[in-house]
Amino acid sequence: MTDNETKGRIFDIQRYSIHDGRGIRTIVFLKGCVLRCRWCCNPESQRYDIETMRTQDGVKTMGRDVTVGEVLEVVERDRGYYRRSGGGITLSGGESLCQPEFALSLLRESKSRGISTAIESMGCAEWETINKLLPYIDQYLLDIKHTNHEKHREFTGRSNELMMENARKIAASGLTELTVRVPVVPSFNASEEEIASIARFADSLGNVAGLHLLPYHRLGQDKYAGLGRDYTMADIVPPTREFMERLLETAKKNCNLHCQIGG
Amino acid sequence: MKFEIKECEKTPRITKLVDDLFKKMPQIEHYRAVLYTDSFRSTEGEPTVLRKAKAFYNVCKNIPIVIRDNELIVGANSVSPRSCPTFPEFSFEWLESEFDTVSTRSADPFEISDESKAALREVHKYWKGRTTSELATAYMAPEARRAFEHNMFTPGNYFYNGVGHVTVQYDTVIYKGLDYVIERAASELDKANFGDADFACRSAFLKAVIVSCEAVKIYASRYSELANSMAAKESDPARKAELSAIAGRCARVPAKPARGFAEACQAFWFVQQLLQLESSGHSISPGRFDQYMYPLYEADLKSGRITRDAAQELIDCIFVKLNDLNKVRDAASAEGFAGYSLFQNMIVGGQNADGIDVTNDLSVMCIVASKHVMLPQPSLSIRVWNGSPHELLIKAAELTRTGVGLPAYYNDEVVIPSLISRGLTMADARNYNIIGCVEPQCPGKTDGWHDAAFFNMCRPLEMVFSRGIDKGEQVGLDTGDVSALDTYEKFRDAYVKQMNYAIELLVNADNAIDRAHMERAPLAFESCLVDDCIARGKTVQEGGAVYNFTGPQGFGVANMGDALYAVKTLVYDKKKFTIEELQRALYYNFGNLTEARAADITADVVRAMQASGKKVSEKDIPAILGSVFASLDANEKQRYADIKSMIDDVTHFGNDDDTVDAFAREAAYMYTRPLETYRNPRGGMFQAGLYPVSANVPLGAQTGATPDGRYAYVPVADGVSPTAGRDTNGPTATANSVSKLDHFIASNGTLFNQKFHPSALAGREGLEKFVALIRTYFDKKGSHMQFNVVSRETLLDAQKHPENYKHLVVRVAGYSALFTTLSRSLQDDIINRTEQAWGN
Repeated sequence: MTDNETKGRIFDIQRYSIHDGRGIRTIVFLKGCVLRCRWCCNPESQRYDIETMRTQDGVKTMGRDVTVGEVLEVVERDRGYYRRSGGGITLSGGESLCQPEFALSLLRESKSRGISTAIESMGCAEWETINKLLPYIDQYLLDIKHTNHEKHREFTGRSNELMMENARKIAASGLTELTVRVPVVPSFNASEEEIASIARFADSLGNVAGLHLLPYHRLGQDKYAGLGRDYTMADIVPPTREFMERLLETAKKNCNLHCQIGG
Repeated sequence: MKFEIKECEKTPRITKLVDDLFKKMPQIEHYRAVLYTDSFRSTEGEPTVLRKAKAFYNVCKNIPIVIRDNELIVGANSVSPRSCPTFPEFSFEWLESEFDTVSTRSADPFEISDESKAALREVHKYWKGRTTSELATAYMAPEARRAFEHNMFTPGNYFYNGVGHVTVQYDTVIYKGLDYVIERAASELDKANFGDADFACRSAFLKAVIVSCEAVKIYASRYSELANSMAAKESDPARKAELSAIAGRCARVPAKPARGFAEACQAFWFVQQLLQLESSGHSISPGRFDQYMYPLYEADLKSGRITRDAAQELIDCIFVKLNDLNKVRDAASAEGFAGYSLFQNMIVGGQNADGIDVTNDLSVMCIVASKHVMLPQPSLSIRVWNGSPHELLIKAAELTRTGVGLPAYYNDEVVIPSLISRGLTMADARNYNIIGCVEPQCPGKTDGWHDAAFFNMCRPLEMVFSRGIDKGEQVGLDTGDVSALDTYEKFRDAYVKQMNYAIELLVNADNAIDRAHMERAPLAFESCLVDDCIARGKTVQEGGAVYNFTGPQGFGVANMGDALYAVKTLVYDKKKFTIEELQRALYYNFGNLTEARAADITADVVRAMQASGKKVSEKDIPAILGSVFASLDANEKQRYADIKSMIDDVTHFGNDDDTVDAFAREAAYMYTRPLETYRNPRGGMFQAGLYPVSANVPLGAQTGATPDGRYAYVPVADGVSPTAGRDTNGPTATANSVSKLDHFIASNGTLFNQKFHPSALAGREGLEKFVALIRTYFDKKGSHMQFNVVSRETLLDAQKHPENYKHLVVRVAGYSALFTTLSRSLQDDIINRTEQAWGN
């Protein structure tokens, strides 16, 4: 079977994405995730099963099975924009690593067509899986949510040892440009101490291009109701701009990386 | 060309000038009309071109003049700021009939004093039977007049007003002076032989040139005297010195060559202003200001006679002055050109005649000036090509990010070949500038008659369904009953026939108006600054320009592409409903019997009753209206609503779908191709534009439901943009669709609007990605792009009217969403954050 024929399950393709990797990008959202982050803004991404979600435009089916060729037909349409802006395809999710064959085919076929690749991922998979993908990933946007194992487990459903170990290995591989991204979530990690710890960890990896602090937002809230789930973060207020600036300063003080707010 | 990206400070003077501009409501002033008419009364029997020059002279010599507080560049067409003179020689009846409503109307209101009303009423008596609009009406075929009255197209702009839409040779005035023009006209006059066939016209024109240039010189010298007398009385030494400097400049230019940048600015301004006192034509476009001003700026800078800061302030002053000019239009036209705009288009950057990029310091300073004044004039444009400096585009994007709607971006790689295909030389095409909204042409050599009419592409399709009958009259062709159109090809052919007929009538109307301007509105001052009028011995209006065009603009491309596709797919391919069902669904507005639609159906019923010999009186109307509502039963109503849903569900132009996009391309050809086969009385050809100004709203209000699922009387699609709300795949998909139209054949310009949330342009990275988007659309051979960076107000409107904003993508901190699909509370969240979103 060629890469173009590999099948996988996605829930959206979003063109003209400008905050997730270099340049103008097309994001392919793969369905299924290993974590259950309480603040997740794409709750429809978490289960691998195809499900329905109520929206203002009626009930929508979330998830469809597609081939790599079908996905790239959409991705190819913006090739001119990638060339002018240095953009390309970004795999997101969910956790793309949950569909390793599909992710590999998508990335390898994109590279063979001359389209630059990026992945947004927590690195939550066996190292072997990640290692196979690395030669085809130009930019790895790796989520590091917390350095404390227990707190990580409490808020996401899993401890973070594997992810932290993978982070070290990805950095050491030298095969991809690694950027560390931190969702800044009040009640979870939005303190100077916790951000400082993440920054020190990121710094210790070596070979990291930058650290991005992504302020928590509530834009996924409606979807929880649409999926018939509870949103346990309803009373959490997004961090203010001033507070984000303060955390940015903290991050800068604790690492020698390029730090910024937003992707 | 070396240039520096640098932003000079805005001076307090500019803030004051802008504030003063908006202290009072605009006025209609009578001075010009009275002086102009006085002169005409005393020149009966003389050649028209000379009579008009003498009238212009009388105006320049006697109109009240004013130097406003803090001004450095002087000359005003009105005593009160942002006010306007009137031009009864073109038309006056609309104005007189709107005397009592013009101050309260919704679009572009003006105040008018009782004194001015009385003076104008007196003046108007003279013009009865003598205006260009009356002659144009007389020249028009009755069929064309009827089509015009029924809003098939609207050539109202030139029907009621002067033509304008020109870029003259500012450089001739700046570097040679009007004395040179006078000498040239005099020497041509000397050369004319008594036996020449055109001696009469030629000599009258050349004399008129001399009179007109003398008029402008007198006007300037009056300003010199006024500045001197004000200086004498001025107690503030700084202002006294400024006034003396103004007096010195006005004594020198525009008669003699400018000796420095400041004199060049003043010379430019007198020309810019007085062209708009000579005639009421708008879109008098400064064009490549950064190019023709540059040699004097560079020389002054080198010799230390000026600093960049001082030059910036002078440019800022000119930008303010461009907003001091104004024009009153009839109520209907005011809606089509909403926003008091005079469309004085100034363009920066791009190539010179040799194909070399000539971006310079002034290009940057003009962008900065727009940022300083934050006003709609000039309509600032920027030329983009493969050799454009990246930093210039970043600077332009910074201006876009402010939400001021400027600059508009133009693609040299499309415009230049497109102009060459219309007969321009390579050098002239490379030197293009933009007139008015989006219309490209060669400066100083062209009478483009851009903006010649609005042509609504939806109306001929209505005629297919009504057998050419509109409001009881035969306006279009009778293409037979739709039931006979049993294949898509026959349906399409019927539309093409209706289009071709409407286009022919449009040409007839435009040419009638053109002829009327030729006879009644020859303009000597404008003509002496356009090649090759002096050598040919005739005005621009008589065909004196090197390049002559007529460019009426079509709109509704997206509606018609979608309509043809929907009809083919649903009626003929899938047979979801019949063409007769669609006909009734359209007539009953997809089952949505609004008051407006019911009233129009009632009028049809009344006409039918009268035609069959019945008498109908006012008091019968409510009963008929009731029967109209009753005639549509619930099942039928539901069926028509279902038809609309089916149409809504097929794919639409704007989503990067090749199949439907090809229909839009073909629909555009149905307008652009027939049009280019016609000629105008000045010896030029017709060329299509695809842009609506703002007429897609008022003219949409005259258009019934269309098979693309558009309800009756709502706006038609804007320019080449998709129908609002139909494009849902984001800006790259929309741009891809629009780029699939043929922009080369629409050589009178295309207009593509996109809306953005400010966060899309946040930070340097946001600007880079924004520029990349423009570059890519231009790689794909789109010709123009402009942006609304949505403000908080827009988002509030989107909450009220989500149907118009379905495509509006908001981006906050790494997450993208269609604004209208978010819950109310989250929308509020975003609105509250909008204004902080820049530059993070």
